[in-house]
Amino acid sequence: MHQREAKSDLASSGGARGGKMALDAAQASATPAIAATARILAQLKDQPGPLLPVLHAVQHELGCIPAEAVQTIAEALNLSRAEVHGVITFYPHFRSEPAARHTLEVCRAESCQSMGGEHLAAHARAKLGCDFHASAPDGSFTLEPVYCLGLCAQSPAVMIDGQPHARVTPDKLDRLLARAQETTA
Amino acid sequence: MSAPIVVYVPRDAAALAVEADAVAQAIERIADERGLSVQVVRNGSRGLLWLEPLVEVTTPAGRVAYGPVAPEDVAGLFDAGWLTGAEHPLHQGLTEEIPYLKQQERLTFARVGVTDPLSLHDYAAHGGLTGLKRALAMEPGHIIDEMVTSGLRGRGGAAFPTGIKWKTVAGSPSDQKYIVCNADEGDSGTFADRLLMEGDPYVLIEGMTIAGLAVGATYGYIYVRSEYPHAIETLEAAITRARTVGWLGNDVHGSGRRFDLEVRKGAGAYICGEETSLLESLEGKRGVVRAKPPLPAISGLFGKPTVINNVISLATVPIILAKGAAYYRDYGVGRSHGTLPFQLAGNLKQGGLVEKAFGLSLRDLLYEFGGGSASGRPLRAVQVGGPLGAYLPESQWDVPLDYEAYIQISAMIGHGGLVAFDDTVDMARMARYAMEFCAIESCGKCTPCRIGSTRGVETIDKIAAGGANPQQRAQQVHLLRDLCDTMMGGSLCALGGMAPYPVLSALNHFPQDFGIESSQPAAHAA
Repeated sequence: MHQREAKSDLASSGGARGGKMALDAAQASATPAIAATARILAQLKDQPGPLLPVLHAVQHELGCIPAEAVQTIAEALNLSRAEVHGVITFYPHFRSEPAARHTLEVCRAESCQSMGGEHLAAHARAKLGCDFHASAPDGSFTLEPVYCLGLCAQSPAVMIDGQPHARVTPDKLDRLLARAQETTA
Repeated sequence: MSAPIVVYVPRDAAALAVEADAVAQAIERIADERGLSVQVVRNGSRGLLWLEPLVEVTTPAGRVAYGPVAPEDVAGLFDAGWLTGAEHPLHQGLTEEIPYLKQQERLTFARVGVTDPLSLHDYAAHGGLTGLKRALAMEPGHIIDEMVTSGLRGRGGAAFPTGIKWKTVAGSPSDQKYIVCNADEGDSGTFADRLLMEGDPYVLIEGMTIAGLAVGATYGYIYVRSEYPHAIETLEAAITRARTVGWLGNDVHGSGRRFDLEVRKGAGAYICGEETSLLESLEGKRGVVRAKPPLPAISGLFGKPTVINNVISLATVPIILAKGAAYYRDYGVGRSHGTLPFQLAGNLKQGGLVEKAFGLSLRDLLYEFGGGSASGRPLRAVQVGGPLGAYLPESQWDVPLDYEAYIQISAMIGHGGLVAFDDTVDMARMARYAMEFCAIESCGKCTPCRIGSTRGVETIDKIAAGGANPQQRAQQVHLLRDLCDTMMGGSLCALGGMAPYPVLSALNHFPQDFGIESSQPAAHAA
């Protein structure tokens, strides 16, 4: 009963109310995503400039920042939903939809280009059967561009699930992708 | 039983990217199997990146280097007797005697690769804290005077005198001030910040603490890009340890002075390397550029006076305080004092980090250190200073690396990153990429950058597709120059204001790649 009230309250609010009441309501929510978001907010909202740390923590826990979490974040931080949405969409790191099981980031910046990075990027697209900012049809990998991993003296470089790999050739990329799939098959 | 032999295996991201973890594991496993007493220490990278993983064995004569070591090489290295520094095809001799390293002037990077980055003991034993201890005994104004005298200019690229910036913050009365470290090293070809944060995090902490003492700031933020997870991890561990032993907190080194700091993670936006966008991001907003004035030194983070410096600038502060301003100032040429960590990247045989005093030439870096192209083909163009830096043709490779000399040839040294290309490069394509990058990364606040970069891509495409009609092509080239002029003059920050540099330098020096014979204004002579 209490939960139902809380939910309708959230849905009707424009987000200007903020504060503890909204957080309590969200924490009691039946939706795991909203409950997790509220827990993160309770931990982080009182530090100065909390929005990016909150978004990082939510994405770390939920794999993305789902639309349903946006309102909870807005209410707790006294922001409008538009502001929160604006921040999420501004930064390439944040995503509103979950990624595939693994993430492949291919560096497309100058140094990697000078060592065959574009050829490697073309190989990755063909191999996964998808373009950048998209996922392979089998759900194995999400392919993202990245503009420099700081491994420029060992170009070309990629990152797979947060692990850096340098001096990557198409053959080596195939082996790395296969290895990533084995680890959490 | 004698003491274990210490073997160093870097755990810098550049080493991890070429299997340093597997190498370290193999060393421990094989030593164990053979009953040899070995202690593996994970150090930072020496910056000899073509040799990574560069494994060092401690011998009575000094540290002996082997590299690049693959996991499958380890058994053979033991067989050859590497624990006593024996010969092997991967044997590089005494690390300190490798010419690439020996010819450097390592001030800021003195400890990087030498120590265990997280060891408080190593840090203090290798000269750490000397600068801070001196600063703690000094008047704040005196610390700033030292910085001014040292001639240190911002190593992030804009090259503004660090001491002057600090003086402005010190002179702005406020109940709260901040030290912000810009660790959003987004430029292609640059990795010095990352090497330093992963290889010697305490020097950055020490530098920020000194900055805090000098200007009266009690809190700092290190804004690190999300593409550097290992740097973030290392810094966080270092901050925790520093706090535990009282190097940070309410009573810094028992002085009664307060300074603390934290790491904040970026989220993939290149523009957040621009200082005002970075502040917006730290405040939790879109990283949109602020108009200046007010300067961040007067109204910065949360509207308070804020020192924003790059990683290398702040990490250079301790040695200036430790050895005195004159010691640092006497390196370099003209108004470019001290050293710069040059970063050799792209198509080079020996890519890596070279810390040298200003005044050497690009040619020295490319051939003496870099060893020429990795592909074996002739080098053709070098982009200096990141994606917004000019492409320099061979005729300009002898200009001394000096901020003012580079401005004279419409180039910039920037952060000291250089990316080399061999003769297979298509410079029209690189010019197009520069515009495209600007279009992707523009924050959107000002029109010349937001719209100009998109139109720039289109115009370069038209030039490339210009067919046989030289007149139409000339018209488009004229339009492109006009557009670049508007972007340079009308953009709020360096992204829109400098994206024309790579474009115009490509057009001026490599007109044939655009299908034109020569390009007005005539190519600059070296």
